Amino acid sequence: MSATAKAVTPAAPSTGPGREPAGTLPAPPSSQSSPAGPAGPADPTGEAGRRPRWTPGRFALLAAALVLAALWVLPLAWAVATSLKPESETTRTSLEWIGSRVTFDAYEKVWASGDLARWMVNSAYISTVTTVLTVTTCAMAAYGFSRTEFRGRKVLYGLVLAGIMVPPQVLIAPLFAEMVSLGLVDTYWGVILPQVAVPAMVFILVKFFEGVPRELEEAAYVDGAGRWRVFWTVVVPLSRPVLAAVAIFTFIQTWNNFLWPFLVTTDPNVMTLPVGLVNVQSTYGARYAQVMASLVIAGLPLLLVFAFFQRQIVRGVAHTGLAGQ
Amino acid sequence: MTATTPTAPAPPAAEAARTGTGPLSAGRRWTEHGLVFTAPFLLLYALFLVWPVLLGLKMSLGDDNITGTGSTFTGLDNYAEALRDPGVWSSLWNTVWFTLLSTVPLVVTGLVLALLAHHLRVVQWLWRLSWFTPFLLPSGVVGLLWLWMIYPSDFGLADLLLRSFGLDPGIGWLTDTRYAMLSIVLTTVWWTVGFNFLLYLAALQAIPQHLYEAAELDGAGAWRRLRHITLPMLNRTTGVVAVLQLLASLKIFDQVYIMTGGGPDESTRPILQYVYEAGFTGYRIGYASAVSYVFFALIVIVSLIHLRMTRRSREEAAK
Repeated sequence: MSATAKAVTPAAPSTGPGREPAGTLPAPPSSQSSPAGPAGPADPTGEAGRRPRWTPGRFALLAAALVLAALWVLPLAWAVATSLKPESETTRTSLEWIGSRVTFDAYEKVWASGDLARWMVNSAYISTVTTVLTVTTCAMAAYGFSRTEFRGRKVLYGLVLAGIMVPPQVLIAPLFAEMVSLGLVDTYWGVILPQVAVPAMVFILVKFFEGVPRELEEAAYVDGAGRWRVFWTVVVPLSRPVLAAVAIFTFIQTWNNFLWPFLVTTDPNVMTLPVGLVNVQSTYGARYAQVMASLVIAGLPLLLVFAFFQRQIVRGVAHTGLAGQ
Repeated sequence: MTATTPTAPAPPAAEAARTGTGPLSAGRRWTEHGLVFTAPFLLLYALFLVWPVLLGLKMSLGDDNITGTGSTFTGLDNYAEALRDPGVWSSLWNTVWFTLLSTVPLVVTGLVLALLAHHLRVVQWLWRLSWFTPFLLPSGVVGLLWLWMIYPSDFGLADLLLRSFGLDPGIGWLTDTRYAMLSIVLTTVWWTVGFNFLLYLAALQAIPQHLYEAAELDGAGAWRRLRHITLPMLNRTTGVVAVLQLLASLKIFDQVYIMTGGGPDESTRPILQYVYEAGFTGYRIGYASAVSYVFFALIVIVSLIHLRMTRRSREEAAK
């Protein structure tokens, strides 16, 4: 349990200091702006190693936490329970968690009739491309802003920082007009491109790169590496944790984004999962088990990803969340 | 991998790097690389952020329809109309009302859940699983799930549960103007509190343990340790979480659009939905831009407060 507890602390990478250079780097700024930063590694063992005794008070806390956990799980459990009922039993007016039999009928029908598989592929494609492009362009830009000198650098960086204050939501009208004139309505690129340039991510990465000791790059430079190679072979490997955090956060945001894909796609063939799902609801009508089955299918991918990458996701969100929203 | 690599003339290079005179910072022949590194981002940034900001400004001063044709310059007419438009004011108010209603429970619940998980220290996976996973669900899933859980009064889970406790609520969760917004708030708390929970959990784990040990030696009980160590140490986190929450809540659209469509009687319609209706179903994209910019002004004010707060907290951290 101590291992999982430590994993949530952003400033305490799972690899101990010394095992790889990243462990000795200062924490990125998102955590520096909160107490989670510098104080993080101060006493990780004392923090996680001690386990308090089971007093009555602690039992009461446990009970409270369990009740709250149950409350939070309840809606999800209801969705799963309903989706497994025979359709005719879903509108009964007494509280029943399990129907007369457990059936996957609703799943089969939803999967066969709808475009869920198509939308899932669309979502996966759009989220992956967006994440790769965001991480690559933002990391390169951050390196350029933090390590190179060129005319106008300060002005341009100031312009990028100002963009943090512009929520994409207030740009829907002009962005849509732009997409119309570019002919990108109802295309994957129309969904992807406006989501790629995220100034907050550049800011996070600039702060991180500023904390990377220049000596490491100097060494490679003296060895004859060009700036391009220094970036890819020294800086990027060193920054793996923060790049992963940015990537995870971007992927979740893109996968779950509703407003922009909703506006820019009307063709069911290019819709993302959340948009398609909302769009298709009327066709399920009052078939309650099918509605719930479609929700379970739509919610499952990220939950499965979370099950496998719990630590990385928790750390990534805590890292990036502070500066990245 | 470090400065002690044999081939690197470590001390001089390191010294030069620190003082900013090393080959990396002064190398003139690398100057052009700066633009190479930043160009891809700057291109996308210019095309899909800077340009729409300017285009929106231009569009807000004309009577553009959605295809961007047939626009004539109308000056500040759109803004004047927006300020007179009761729909703008009511949806702005709904947005602010939702923000006020949702921010406090989202911050407080996030803190309480984090305190519980942190102090219990057992089955951390269970707490994360139950409180954080809803955050990973798309708004479409959350909105529809809650819609079907609370809307049908005869077979929805909410009313079934209340009835099994002997209550007959007959609440129009989403159809009564008194409860619709509260239902949206409830849905939102369930959905996104996990994010604040994580931020608080990270902050809690960063509080140095020796503070607690010292307090324990002085005979401070659990309650006093909470009040005099934990909560003060979380002050900065609370500030940041609260402002992030304000900004996130102001941008509400998805849940409302999916669950109530802005109703009943437009009592839950947020400003973003008004922009959507003006521009995308009413085809008045110039007017929609103007309304967006009114909303933008509100966001900028909150962002500036955020900026001042983070700057101050950073200065405090530097002391």
